[in-house]
Amino acid sequence: MTARNESAMSEPQQDVPNPNLSRREMGVGDVILQVRGLRTWFYTRAGIVKAVDGIDFDLRQGETLGIVGESGCGKSMTARSLLRLVPRPAGRIVSGQILLEGEDLVTKSEEEMRQVRGKRISMILQDPQTSLNPLYTIGNQLREALGQAHRGNSKSMVRRAIDALRSVNVAAPERRLHDYPHQMSGGMKQRVVGAIAISCEPSVIIADEPTTALDVTIQLQYLRLLKEIQENTGLAIIFITHDFGVVARMCDRVAVMYAGRIVEQGPVRELFNNPSHPYTEALMASVPKLEERVEWLYSIEGQPPLLRDLPPGCRFAPRCPEAREQCLAEYPSSHRLSPEHTAHCWRLDTSWQ
Amino acid sequence: MQRFIVVRCFYAVLVLFAVSIIVFVLARASGNPIDTMLPLDATPEQQQVFMELWGLDKSYPEQYFDFLVNAFRGDFGNSVKWADRTAMGLVIERFPLTLKLGAVAIGISVLLAVPIGVLSAVKKDTIFDLNGKVFALLGQATPPFWLGIMLIWIFAVELDFFPTGGDEGISWIILPAITLGWFQVAALMRLVRSAMLEVLETEYVTLARVKGIREWKVVWKHCLRNASIPPLTLFGILAAQVMTGAIVTETVFSLPGTGNLAIEAIRGRDYPVIQAVVVLFAVIYIGMNLAVDILYAYLDPRIRYDRA
Repeated sequence: MTARNESAMSEPQQDVPNPNLSRREMGVGDVILQVRGLRTWFYTRAGIVKAVDGIDFDLRQGETLGIVGESGCGKSMTARSLLRLVPRPAGRIVSGQILLEGEDLVTKSEEEMRQVRGKRISMILQDPQTSLNPLYTIGNQLREALGQAHRGNSKSMVRRAIDALRSVNVAAPERRLHDYPHQMSGGMKQRVVGAIAISCEPSVIIADEPTTALDVTIQLQYLRLLKEIQENTGLAIIFITHDFGVVARMCDRVAVMYAGRIVEQGPVRELFNNPSHPYTEALMASVPKLEERVEWLYSIEGQPPLLRDLPPGCRFAPRCPEAREQCLAEYPSSHRLSPEHTAHCWRLDTSWQ
Repeated sequence: MQRFIVVRCFYAVLVLFAVSIIVFVLARASGNPIDTMLPLDATPEQQQVFMELWGLDKSYPEQYFDFLVNAFRGDFGNSVKWADRTAMGLVIERFPLTLKLGAVAIGISVLLAVPIGVLSAVKKDTIFDLNGKVFALLGQATPPFWLGIMLIWIFAVELDFFPTGGDEGISWIILPAITLGWFQVAALMRLVRSAMLEVLETEYVTLARVKGIREWKVVWKHCLRNASIPPLTLFGILAAQVMTGAIVTETVFSLPGTGNLAIEAIRGRDYPVIQAVVVLFAVIYIGMNLAVDILYAYLDPRIRYDRA
């Protein structure tokens, strides 16, 4: 149990955000999650699928790290790996470290991992329509989550559940507790999922495309809510998306994933102003601009490589307009463009010119 | 929820009416009872007296009304084959045995099928799952008459653990119940397994795991209830089947149940008994369906009518 959680638990339950947990006093900048060389492979009949193939990143308290990339590039599997919820028996974390406040999650036992899930790392899944169990009331599912970290009689648990719903701006939470998921709208359900995720005051939340399935009008509301919760609690968010607009709005830093690897990462502003990997450039070029009238929307030629049959060199090389022989032969090492901004591309190497 | 039950009960009564019409029409369509019940050389006067005695001179709607009123009172007339016995009396005498046998058989199959099915899904593609598959294959491939004879041979004749037949004491029920339940285990188990596999892939199960809930609770609370709808449908059909159609098993173990009664009545052209048996079987089927419908609504709030 971390010091932060203890202090949070001893605080009386209240509607207003706890001022003691404000962002400034939490000290933004302490690294709480370090991922080093994480590899999650799937052993299938067709071969080894390298869904996550050696990724490194840091996450600091109170910050939001965006992970962007096309579907099937390993974003969601990265998220599941952090919680050690990779589909068994095919999937396995084959190497690497996931250091949560210094403790390696990869070597933990299943029972120890259970203590981490929900309480220290939590997750918001993509589709609110399917992420709540249709057969149990909201109150039941919320109390179940709360029960992982809190002991108490049913009355105090109901009060905590009501507080949790109120914290995600659900109106009339007392009544809503008795509702079943099918009696709620998609946006409301996703709020409930959010309430479940933050119910045990985790230090990290992974949001796996939490707004993709929502109405456009509701999306913005939900993103604001997440920001608000983050400001009140100081939690760190890993935000998985393929929407650069959302990245710009939500994230402090961003990591671009391609075919199981992070090809470029850095502060959002730097990455937007100075995209240094051709894939990042291409992704940004494919976002349509409101003020321009175009006949054709830009799209990247070709398909991402099969994760079970990866090229030896840079994985983007077969689709890269600037690729040379070097790119096809060998994977480029990391190049530091600024203290925070790194990219894996031969273009940045001194040997390129 | 109450409204749901009331509406379902109303439907059940409607179906029962439809069944009564079918039973009535089929009995009339199978030939003139005068030909079978009176000697060939009966005079027209004798025929007239007979028709009046049985109410056959009345119009069909009147006859149907009489039938319905009597059936409602449980009166299907006297048996033709067993003199001095009412048809319903015979059925009621035989039914408890069939009910006991059916209940034990279906109990055995549920107690075996649900745990094995759930564990096969959770331990998919392991030795356990493989053994479950072999077990299911054997279950579905073994005909009950053969299984019954084998069980009698091994456990009653050779080992002398159980009686070979009859319904004395308690131990008589074990072999016939296993014979009757064997096939159901396999079918139910495979259905539980496939339904569980589907549910294990859903997002809400992932969310339950994300919350840090214990795995057994994820499986038994979040998965099984969601996976129970398809097996429940089959359960309703199987339970009704077992309670009505245990004819083979009853014959092999020489048990005087309703299945045997039905066969004997058909052989003896005992129309009142046949009608009573058919109506009883219909009531069992309708009752099981009603029970399954109500269980659906209990398990799944989306099926209930009431909406806050």
